[in-house]
Amino acid sequence: MPVMFLMATMGLYLAGTVFFLAYLLRRSEALSKVALGVTAIGFLSHTAALVTRMTEVGHVPFTSFDEAMSFFSWALVLVFLGVELRHRIHVLGSFILPLALLSLLSAAALPKEVPTLEPVLRTVWVHVTLSMLGTVGFAVAFVAGIMYLIQDGLLKSKRFNVLYAKLPPLDFLDRLNQQSILMGFPLLTLGIITGAISAEFARGSYLNWNPEQTWALVTWVFYFAVLMGRITVGWRAKRAAYLTIIGFAGVILTFIGVVVKGHGPVA
Amino acid sequence: MDIIVVGLSHKTAPVEVREKLAVPDSRLGEALCRLCAYQGVKEGVLLSTCNRVEVYAVVDQVEAGYARVQEFLADIHLSLSSEQLTPHLYWYTGDRAIGHLFRVAASLDSMVVGESQILGQLKDAFEVALAHKASGVILNKLVKKAISVAKRVRTETRIAEMAVSVSYAAVELAKKIFSNLGDKTVLLVGAGEMAKLAAQHLIRNGVRRVMITTRDSHSALELAKRFNGVPVPFDEFQRELSEADIVLCSTGAAHYLIRSEDVQRAVRQRMNRPIFLIDISVPRNIDPAVKDIDNAFLFDIDDLEMRVEQNREERRREAGKAERLIEQEVDVILHWLKSLEVTPTILALRRRAEEIKRAELERSMGRLGHLSPEERSVVEGLASAIVNKLLHGSLVTLKTEAESAGASLFVEAARRFFNLDDAPAADRVTEPGRPVRPVPVAGYADPEQESSEQVQEKDS
Repeated sequence: MPVMFLMATMGLYLAGTVFFLAYLLRRSEALSKVALGVTAIGFLSHTAALVTRMTEVGHVPFTSFDEAMSFFSWALVLVFLGVELRHRIHVLGSFILPLALLSLLSAAALPKEVPTLEPVLRTVWVHVTLSMLGTVGFAVAFVAGIMYLIQDGLLKSKRFNVLYAKLPPLDFLDRLNQQSILMGFPLLTLGIITGAISAEFARGSYLNWNPEQTWALVTWVFYFAVLMGRITVGWRAKRAAYLTIIGFAGVILTFIGVVVKGHGPVA
Repeated sequence: MDIIVVGLSHKTAPVEVREKLAVPDSRLGEALCRLCAYQGVKEGVLLSTCNRVEVYAVVDQVEAGYARVQEFLADIHLSLSSEQLTPHLYWYTGDRAIGHLFRVAASLDSMVVGESQILGQLKDAFEVALAHKASGVILNKLVKKAISVAKRVRTETRIAEMAVSVSYAAVELAKKIFSNLGDKTVLLVGAGEMAKLAAQHLIRNGVRRVMITTRDSHSALELAKRFNGVPVPFDEFQRELSEADIVLCSTGAAHYLIRSEDVQRAVRQRMNRPIFLIDISVPRNIDPAVKDIDNAFLFDIDDLEMRVEQNREERRREAGKAERLIEQEVDVILHWLKSLEVTPTILALRRRAEEIKRAELERSMGRLGHLSPEERSVVEGLASAIVNKLLHGSLVTLKTEAESAGASLFVEAARRFFNLDDAPAADRVTEPGRPVRPVPVAGYADPEQESSEQVQEKDS
């Protein structure tokens, strides 16, 4: 069942991505409605996949990396639909949906295994959920950063094309960037703390400097600096956009670190 | 019974002629009464703005109607003769007249294509016509339809979305940098006309704080009063730059008033909050090197004009869409007009009665079972007699009123009483060969004539 739902979700996200990208380049507003509709149905199917999987394994399905990625993709679309509902910035979908599709595909590409959770790791899902939600915040900030740089470039070079018409105002993007980090940062902080506690239970030490932990800490320090920099020395607008794009690269490295470790359970 | 329009507009007549014909609001009612007093003129609506004077009328005969209306127009101003008017006038009837009204309402015929004032002016003209009972069934329907068509054009095309004046282009750009203009501050440098207009537009779009600086401190005070703003001394306004989110610069100075380092300092003080600078002066007053500073967005007069040109292009494209939409709507109205003619209504009425009679007879016959042929014909005769007697009065009235002024009223009433418009549409005579395209009027507004969004129909 969950596999069927996941396949359907992938198809729908793919269609949504295609429609959203077409929307980006065409004048038609109708396209955004189709894209949104497809995405919303995809999201429902994704939710169904997660729920059926949960009833199947009997707990929150974060036993392996691919499930975490699927959850990440789900939460990303959730956040997009939330922002869309409030601000009606359809063009955000043109950037977020490809990302959601990509993470879902990478989840599917990874080997499927259902590792039995060791009793000590039963609470590990708290750590994964929090870290993943934090990452979703950084992903949205990343997308906002890219959109900011594009709009900034178009304004500077005075190219008033379709993209210029569709992208939201600069300060909206800057605010979206800031708020996404403000949302992501505390979640990541809690994620790291719970991760450290899990590690203590599992391996007897809070921190053992494996690649994943190292990069997680580096990421945390980086985003902390980004947040502080905005308040104290005005790291906003273009600089904030650049920084969040670099920061997200760090996040992706963390993910790779987890995969390189070569086993399912995340801790 | 025909619909005609006779009039002139900015496309056919110079302002010297238009201003003579323009009827002030206070005299509209009287003019309409005079119009409807002409023989053969059944209904009339007079649309008078500074860009057009047009008479829409329902007349008995097209040619005579044209002549009457032209006479009426010439009578508006003493110094004008009917002959003098002829070269400036256009005359349309039928589908072309309807198409013209729709295009005017949708602002496709305006000097600034897509501007919205004309719709309000049409509504006002219609109100006056209603108040003086100058418009009747046909023009009422037509003008209401024109208003709804205009709204459809507005929502379904992007014809009115884009700025087509330099001063408004500044607002459009500002909205791509700032999502909420309400908490932004504008610094107006110099008292150039275009910058003042832009400031006005910005204020209308939510900007509340305005700072003003001019070389002549007196005019700064004056402008400050006008915009409810704060005057800033001219020799040190560069230091206030960081306070401003939007800088509008338009002075007669021959050198740069705002240098690159001024903006650099301002951006630093603003902690990298974007600053939007518009230089409408020629020669330029803001150092073009400012464009290389991060988070400072400088646009000069050429940039704004380029934007306006693009938008005009876009509006023209959208106008094409609007024309197609109008074609459809003209079809709808023609259909309705056809239905108002007496003959199809009489036919439809008869057919309707016949249908009801037959259906009821069939039902009753089924229930009665075995009837002899004589009994059958008695029952059928009874049904026919009732139907015919009931219809007789209505049919006679329709026929006798066919030539009267109220014909369309009677037809409309008959169609509603007998629910004829819900019946199968077979009775609606359509002429497949008849072209129903709206009037193709050559060319659009001359871009040179329009220097700002202010140039709109109601300004005079």
